[in-house]
Amino acid sequence: MSVTHHPAEALLLDYASGALAEPMALLVATHAALCPRCRADIARFEDAGGAMFENAAAEAGDALPAGLKDAIMARLDEAEPAMPAPSPLDPAIAYLPEPLRGYAGRAVARGDWKRWGRGVRQIRLLEGRSDATVRLACIRAGAKMPEHTHGGDEATLVLAGGYSDASGHYLRGDVSEQGVEDVHQPVADADEDCICLIVSTAPVRLRGLAGAVINPFIRD
Amino acid sequence: MSMTVLSERRRVELAPAVRVRQSGNSTRPRDTARAMPDDSLDARDLLNAVANRRDRAAFGALVDHFAPRLRAFLRRGGASEAEIDDVVQEAMLKVWRRAEQFDGSRGSPSTWIFTIARNERINLLRREIRPELDPNDPALVPPPEPAADESFGAMQDAGQLHEALKTLPPEQAEVLNLAFFEELSHSAIAERLDLPLGTIKSRIRLAVGRLRDILEIER
Repeated sequence: MSVTHHPAEALLLDYASGALAEPMALLVATHAALCPRCRADIARFEDAGGAMFENAAAEAGDALPAGLKDAIMARLDEAEPAMPAPSPLDPAIAYLPEPLRGYAGRAVARGDWKRWGRGVRQIRLLEGRSDATVRLACIRAGAKMPEHTHGGDEATLVLAGGYSDASGHYLRGDVSEQGVEDVHQPVADADEDCICLIVSTAPVRLRGLAGAVINPFIRD
Repeated sequence: MSMTVLSERRRVELAPAVRVRQSGNSTRPRDTARAMPDDSLDARDLLNAVANRRDRAAFGALVDHFAPRLRAFLRRGGASEAEIDDVVQEAMLKVWRRAEQFDGSRGSPSTWIFTIARNERINLLRREIRPELDPNDPALVPPPEPAADESFGAMQDAGQLHEALKTLPPEQAEVLNLAFFEELSHSAIAERLDLPLGTIKSRIRLAVGRLRDILEIER
């Protein structure tokens, strides 16, 4: 099974250049783990960046200031900061690719899901670390995500199961992007709970009756 | 100002580096041993010397070659002098420590060093982590065909790729320049150039198509 819905090339370039902030970069990198085609496109962009960097004309001001090279050479014997030993992979979370597993694995393994509307649970990620809202959502098989509109851009990456909305059917590895104007109401496939990573660059407000009840409880 | 030019050109006999496309019916052997090495091959030799022998002179030559370029790259991104020095130091130290990890079959030294500098810029100047996939992750989906067919920066020669990039239409080259040197997102590029987002997105789509073509030709 291969991915059919990819992020826009513009998002891949933003990731390759380093311009992308951490929340969306988490989504793009995790998608890339599941998608050799996007991985290759990111690498092509990086090659372009490398070639441009190599061949950019350096000017007089770019020559090394006195002492910088000496400072570098003097540090060659520095011990490298110790890396923590990798922990054994918990099979319950092995389906989450890195880097997402590093961000969400422990919470998922502990079952830290919190209710986010009828038939939908979530684990919030990167809380307090950015303006974006990042959540791992679990939509019960056959359930609808509550109607919601977006204050800004949003992207969704499927990790397990699948969902359908007006724009198509999304399975593991697929990414959909929504702009401010878009209203989408994903329905999880009937045979399996759908787990997806949702990155919203502005708070997601819930509409309708569920929203009137849930919104006061949303901490953004 | 003197810049040490990357070492004397040596004539190096290379073992044929034949890369053959596995897909479809056509197989095109890549050009084999070149008599005249280029900057990228010299940088590879230097990196190998650092990786295999912890060769400090070789590393010094890498600093001489790449550090000024790193400074130019960072300055165009608007970093202060102090920030530039920090990032250059940390990036070159990572080159020293990780030389063994450089995989020559996957890309050129300049690409590798560019990615190290990019990550240091994010870590030090934005105080953010750059999320990255793990190439050894069991959950990683491998490419459908053998790795030889994957354009993971198979360009052996940054100079060649640079020449090929010159054939990019200027409006596409401009977008890539702003993206890499000034670390502008595509929305920020649209604002900077006062163009619709859709125009920028399609230039990026066309540019990656051109990059795919360029890398095909070189295989």
